[in-house]
Amino acid sequence: MSKPKTLFDKIWDAHVVKQKDGYPDVLFIDRHFIHEVTSPQAFDGLRKRNIPVFNTKRTTATADHNVPTKDQHLPIREALSRHQVETLRKNCAEFGIELYDLGHPFQGIVHIIGPELGLTLPGMTIVCGDSHTSTHGAFGNIAFGIGTSEVEQVLATQCVLQYKPKTMRIEVNGKLGKGVVAKDIILYIISKISASGATGYFVEYAGSAIENLSMEARMTICNMSIEMGARGGLIAPDSTTFNYIRGRKFAPQAEAFEQHVEQWMELKTDAGAVYDKVLTYDAADIAPMITYGTNPGMGIRVTDRIPTENELKEISEKNSFSKSLEYMGLEPGSQLLGKTVDYVFIGSCTNARIEDLRLVASIVKGKKKSPHVEVWVVPGSKQVEEQARKEGLDKIFEAAGFELRGPGCSACLGMNEDKIPAGKYCISTSNRNFEGRQGPKSRTFLASPLSAAAAAITGKVTDVRELL
Amino acid sequence: MNNPRTTNNDEPITIRMSKEKFLTLQSTAVPLAVENIDTDQIIPARFLKATTREGFGENLFRDWRYDGDGKPKVDFVLNNPTFTGKILVAGKNFGCGSSREHAAWALYDYGFRVVISSFFADIFKNNALNNALLPVQVSDAFLKNIFTAIEKYPSAIIEVSLENQFVKLPDGTKESFEINPYKKACMINGYDDIDYLLSLQEEIKEFDFKSREPQATSY
Ligand code: SF4
Repeated sequence: MSKPKTLFDKIWDAHVVKQKDGYPDVLFIDRHFIHEVTSPQAFDGLRKRNIPVFNTKRTTATADHNVPTKDQHLPIREALSRHQVETLRKNCAEFGIELYDLGHPFQGIVHIIGPELGLTLPGMTIVCGDSHTSTHGAFGNIAFGIGTSEVEQVLATQCVLQYKPKTMRIEVNGKLGKGVVAKDIILYIISKISASGATGYFVEYAGSAIENLSMEARMTICNMSIEMGARGGLIAPDSTTFNYIRGRKFAPQAEAFEQHVEQWMELKTDAGAVYDKVLTYDAADIAPMITYGTNPGMGIRVTDRIPTENELKEISEKNSFSKSLEYMGLEPGSQLLGKTVDYVFIGSCTNARIEDLRLVASIVKGKKKSPHVEVWVVPGSKQVEEQARKEGLDKIFEAAGFELRGPGCSACLGMNEDKIPAGKYCISTSNRNFEGRQGPKSRTFLASPLSAAAAAITGKVTDVRELL
Repeated sequence: MNNPRTTNNDEPITIRMSKEKFLTLQSTAVPLAVENIDTDQIIPARFLKATTREGFGENLFRDWRYDGDGKPKVDFVLNNPTFTGKILVAGKNFGCGSSREHAAWALYDYGFRVVISSFFADIFKNNALNNALLPVQVSDAFLKNIFTAIEKYPSAIIEVSLENQFVKLPDGTKESFEINPYKKACMINGYDDIDYLLSLQEEIKEFDFKSREPQATSY
């Protein structure tokens, strides 16, 4: 019998085209996603070398980072953004790549459209010039973000050079409490292991609390793997996964699908396989979470106090700690609960799938937003937007005073017009609370869609359990 | 089980030169003793709209360097004429966050050739190495020594030898650092990954063809 392997090792090994001592592995990439921000220089590279795209069928493009979320049918107003999107159009036409452009029924955030179109499948290797490519790992594949030089490598050769990372298993067992959702699980894990705690690792999430999650929720977890430094995270596929994929546009259909399912069932870590590191958490210990600082590791239970400097585990973090709290305008040791918020952003590849919008609607139905907050709901894709309208969620949002916009990355990174003004507090369902991430000097509290919806209603940081 | 195809290790690999070569650097350094510096600080997203690799240096650390009106902030180290040089010394976990290669381009475009820290985020490290910017990882203790040395003598010359893999301070203390032999060879010779990959085209084609058949990839 061969040595027991982790799921990660199985997929990795099946994709190594070449291995040579002292050299990185040549890893074959099944699926490549591109967008307007990190691809133009890569296409330029191909032009300079005068070479074509290796296999155009394996790359799919969309416009998401830069696009306006209002009046998407009009030309983009901001000249540089327009230029970047036009460059993508030109490049895709010239090199023969399928583009889901603004206005296309499949357009949306790159990590949302891959899964919903059935382009993201178990057992694959998937890359994109974006760190949240880890999202796709929810389907039991190896998915990770790459830089533009690597985008060029994949376009030119369908391979990237990679060193095999170490493996980590994170188990969450037990039942989640009331009001606790996937976002809370991952914010909790990151708060435990810090923003760099998984650097050098690829994470496999397991345990009963993970197995019981929907695909949307699993994507939220894998999405934020990068926020603890991991290259990516994956979850072994099971019947939840297969049911999600069945019938999706580009997924194998009918008999071919059943054949694939048979293979995908083998995508499991063997008994006795060894990980470089194993961490175990109890779901009962997790509560609705919120971040108070300027990296995603600075998170607490919403009912906890912000720590004081003395309570920090690592002395080396103290420097950044006071700088961070100063930026956020918060006092060490104080309570976040009850703090006034100015903006609520529901969106991003972390939490802008249909299930997230349903969670929000479940809280706000029949209620009105607090008068002083501005609420933006930005669906992850055109398909999510359509579905939300079909289910009448748009009516619920409208009645509550929320604005349902067009799909895109929006205030997750503030590349388009959707910026949080300086000094304002935004409770956001996105994944990064870095200084200025949502606009120069903006202040971000990361939380779940439930907690964000609760804050929209009360106008302040709220324990969502009180509204349930 | 598919076994990864391994090759004979003395098979020559042909790579062309397309980047600047790096051997040894002696320079003063700029201290930035902040931890977890993410790529959004190195180059904020709103400056990522260019479609070329050049010009990002102007907006390096934009929001730390300039105030809302575009005036330089005097207390930020890049605006302090006391500290200059081709080496940036930064706190732990440098380059975390977004995968934007623009962060490496901005540092390089500004004039940095080396970043020293006690820990680097993975993607940043790769991006830097792909762009002739050398990430040098030293111990926490040695990092502290470097900060102390520069703060005491801003004109202190720090030596970074890629060839012999060490960082040396003016008082003679040094620490070695690790770098993957392949990446080291690439930087020393100015090689580019893509040329290596292009030399494997035929093997990759065959692999691609096989993995398209439904039963071909067994796990
Ligand atoms: S939603 Fe945010 S994190 Fe996700 S791809 Fe867009 S910018 Fe990146």
